[in-house]
Amino acid sequence: MIPPLEQVREMLSAGAAKSSLLVEREEAVAVAQFLKTDPQLQLDFCSCVTAVDYIKQDCIEVVYHLYSVALKHGPVALKVRAPRALEQCRMPSLTPVWRGCEYQEREAFDLYGVKFDGHPDLRRILMWDEFVDHPMRKDYVPPMDYEWEPTPHAETLARAKQTGGTVPASALEAKK
Amino acid sequence: MSATGIIQTQTLEVSLGPQHPITHGVFRMDVVLDGEYVVKLKPVMGYLHRNHEQLAEKMTWLGSMPYTDRLDYFCSMTNNWAYALAVEKMTGLKVPERAEYIRVIMAELTRLLNHSCAIGFLLSDCGAWFTPVLYALREREWILDFFETVSGARMMCNYMRFGGVRVDLDDASLAMARNIVARWPAFLDEFEKLMTENEVLLARTQRVGILSRNLAINASVSGPVARASGVEYDIRKVDKYGVYDRFDFGVPVGEAGDTFDRYMIRILEMREAVKILEQALRDIPAGPFIAPEAKLRNFKVPAGDGYGRIEAPKGELGFYLVSEGGAKPYRYHVRPPSFINLTILEDMCLGQKVADTVIILGSVDIVLGEVDR
Repeated sequence: MIPPLEQVREMLSAGAAKSSLLVEREEAVAVAQFLKTDPQLQLDFCSCVTAVDYIKQDCIEVVYHLYSVALKHGPVALKVRAPRALEQCRMPSLTPVWRGCEYQEREAFDLYGVKFDGHPDLRRILMWDEFVDHPMRKDYVPPMDYEWEPTPHAETLARAKQTGGTVPASALEAKK
Repeated sequence: MSATGIIQTQTLEVSLGPQHPITHGVFRMDVVLDGEYVVKLKPVMGYLHRNHEQLAEKMTWLGSMPYTDRLDYFCSMTNNWAYALAVEKMTGLKVPERAEYIRVIMAELTRLLNHSCAIGFLLSDCGAWFTPVLYALREREWILDFFETVSGARMMCNYMRFGGVRVDLDDASLAMARNIVARWPAFLDEFEKLMTENEVLLARTQRVGILSRNLAINASVSGPVARASGVEYDIRKVDKYGVYDRFDFGVPVGEAGDTFDRYMIRILEMREAVKILEQALRDIPAGPFIAPEAKLRNFKVPAGDGYGRIEAPKGELGFYLVSEGGAKPYRYHVRPPSFINLTILEDMCLGQKVADTVIILGSVDIVLGEVDR
């Protein structure tokens, strides 16, 4: 685990720090700590955190763009991948390393369903709390009407079925 | 009164917003108060969320250019530029020199416009109810008139294109810009005379909402808020995008990191922006205003990913784009400065009075179109 980090430093300083690193989930925190504290890199500013849904490769990639305020170089893109399936779509949070990841990781969780282990406050941030799906995933199908609720009238339900209106699962639960 | 003779108090949860003028839009702060003091604060956002990113992923590359105007609706010019810069980075399009100068002029005028309104509204939050902001809006109107003359719209300018800008500046509009720049220092002097040494302002803002330098860096705070805390980092100086390396200007840096510094840094940045504008309007060369090889139709970006960022008036505005080589972006992500600057809102407000949270939020300068996207 440790030896490659030395190579990382050489790679990054040779490439004028315009590179990207794809790391394993288990090693993400150690690599992040190294990038932040190494005296030649000092990537202390985690500028941008986001996720990308690579549906063909069956993975969700979280990208951290790192800069150095102390040494004024960057960016280095740190990439971590997780499987798309919701149960396995998890990775360690880098919020303990860079506080600036906090809201951005929450956003990635909200819109992509990536669960960050060790995040202090992992809740939805842009969508409302009752929302069930993760809307930025490439296979997300939006419902006909977000605010549609079933009424007691059977014919309304039947008409909704005809027009292809989807009934939110939470609403059906409430009706039972 | 309890048996021990000590008055028992309970903490009180207050929901500040979302429908309240102090929140500058539809934004809510869930605050837990112990008497008048804040013991916990959680920002709640998303009321204006429209999934800008997904909409852009379903449009052509150029199709989302007008939509970037709606992010930070005060600063449509810089939003356009950040997006154009990210795409130009990926395609390798060269921007003609005149277009770079026009972009600098537009971005710095946007900075004047944004900062004057930001401090105007901040003073409104302090209780100077609408007098200072009226002066700021009066001057802003000159810039908006200029934007309307050039681009056809006051706020939703949709002015930049990949490889240049949409319309050239003629001599009349350049004279208009020079006129605005010439009158700006007088406005700042008047404004400062009115406000900066005002006793109420000093009492309300000094040593309120202190943000330490280390926390500012660690929490990815950018722009005037970070510089007020002593972080000497300006993307115009670090990345030298566009033609910013040709201008002589300083980067004001604060010391205390309190609300007063965040007010003062904006005034000083406006003075520096005036310097840049004077030089840009003096040196602007003749030539094409858009790269001849730039295509508006059938525009494609080579496969790969890229991150472009600029120093927007509110901080670092970045675009992370992933292309598959097609006519649409595969992934389009905005790095909104005012959203990320909210990360430290709780840290700045803890232990302050509830009335101070209003001023602290005002000094962060958020726009909800950008926070919620």
